[in-house]
Amino acid sequence: MRKYKNKEDVQKKSYFNDRFYITPSIPRQKVQDDEVFFDDLEKLKENFTLLDSYIEIRHLVIYINASSNVEVLKYLRDVCSYDMLMELSAIDYIKTKQGFEIFYEMLSMSKRKRLRVKCFIKQKEELESVISVFKMANWSEREMFDMYGVKIINHPFMKRILMPDDWYDYPLLKTYPLQGDEAASWYEVDKIFGKEARDTIGPEIRDSAAIDRYDTSRFSRLGHEVEFGVEVNDKSLKQVSTSYQEDDKPMFIKKLNPKDSITIKGKR
Amino acid sequence: MAQHKVNYFQDGGAPIALTSIDKFVNWGRSNSLWPLTYGLACCAIEMMASGASRYDFDRFGTIFRASPRQADVIIIAGTLTKKHAEFMRRLYDQMPDPKWVISMGSCANTGGMFNTYATVQGADRIVPVDIYLPGCAPRPETLQYALMMLQKKIRRESIFRSHKRKRLL
Repeated sequence: MRKYKNKEDVQKKSYFNDRFYITPSIPRQKVQDDEVFFDDLEKLKENFTLLDSYIEIRHLVIYINASSNVEVLKYLRDVCSYDMLMELSAIDYIKTKQGFEIFYEMLSMSKRKRLRVKCFIKQKEELESVISVFKMANWSEREMFDMYGVKIINHPFMKRILMPDDWYDYPLLKTYPLQGDEAASWYEVDKIFGKEARDTIGPEIRDSAAIDRYDTSRFSRLGHEVEFGVEVNDKSLKQVSTSYQEDDKPMFIKKLNPKDSITIKGKR
Repeated sequence: MAQHKVNYFQDGGAPIALTSIDKFVNWGRSNSLWPLTYGLACCAIEMMASGASRYDFDRFGTIFRASPRQADVIIIAGTLTKKHAEFMRRLYDQMPDPKWVISMGSCANTGGMFNTYATVQGADRIVPVDIYLPGCAPRPETLQYALMMLQKKIRRESIFRSHKRKRLL
């Protein structure tokens, strides 16, 4: 939540200048504040080059070189007893830094501490798989490839996990439009009917603000349903019968007279 | 003797009923609609509730079948994703004619709130839909009503007249 500001005189001002509010970054603490983390960091520093380290909301965050990710994770698991890899994924920084930030969230059950290993790769760079250290990474790395297009080396089954195999582009990139690109918008039509069916089926209706004057009469009012394709106007709506049973009733079925039906007043 | 003469042409006089082939066939079709169990998302819960004892689809002659080969109607209950669209169409194609489609809920009707890259914006882009059932999720009563509307629609059809070509084929 943003900090409350007194808005009593907002009307008197010519404009309200809090429109593009930038979320403050979370305060970072020094690693020296926490003994356990400090020990781990000292051990790590002896063996690997760390680019940065700090504590952020009880997480130790360390930045490493992307090439040493497997060794660092293996060291953290075996020596520092961070025995679980909870999550790994990428963050899209293509616009500002021309690459991805990869993060590995780790948990130590014995120390009850959480640690985040971060590294940075350029856009076309490949990353070494950490499956040899944590089996859990299998699906997460596939998901990372599926959503961001980060290629993983030495992965046993480098294939999309959520999107279809023939999907074009990577949906979680910041440049990917939420409502899909050209390939996405025709995906199911092309696949099922072929490209020639595009004209008959037509483009998707993506305007969520579109209002059809007859939507209410088509959808909401019971007994006023209209067949698909029938032109809806006030005249055709009146012609629709309101009863479920037709006048020439089906065989063996007693015609329901609405007057004979009973409305129950309360729950039994 | 004449006093006890039976008027065979009155209702209940004789165990015969005069009707047309159309009505007879449609009577059979509309009163044993077997839907395919096809739950995709939260609407499936409502669909299951409609099939269970409280709402009791069985009294409409509607028994859920787990095979498209035995089904007459497919109730698309839930969000149809683009990845799944292909399989949805395949299941529809596997159903024997005559077949009908109920699109249940906002997601199946129009894509609903999922105005995103991964969701089919209306199941009618894939299969010809007969009944659009609005709601998010529609209550079991409304699914029953949709089924009744479908029965009403089926009773209007003629078995001799060639089927009006549905939109997508």
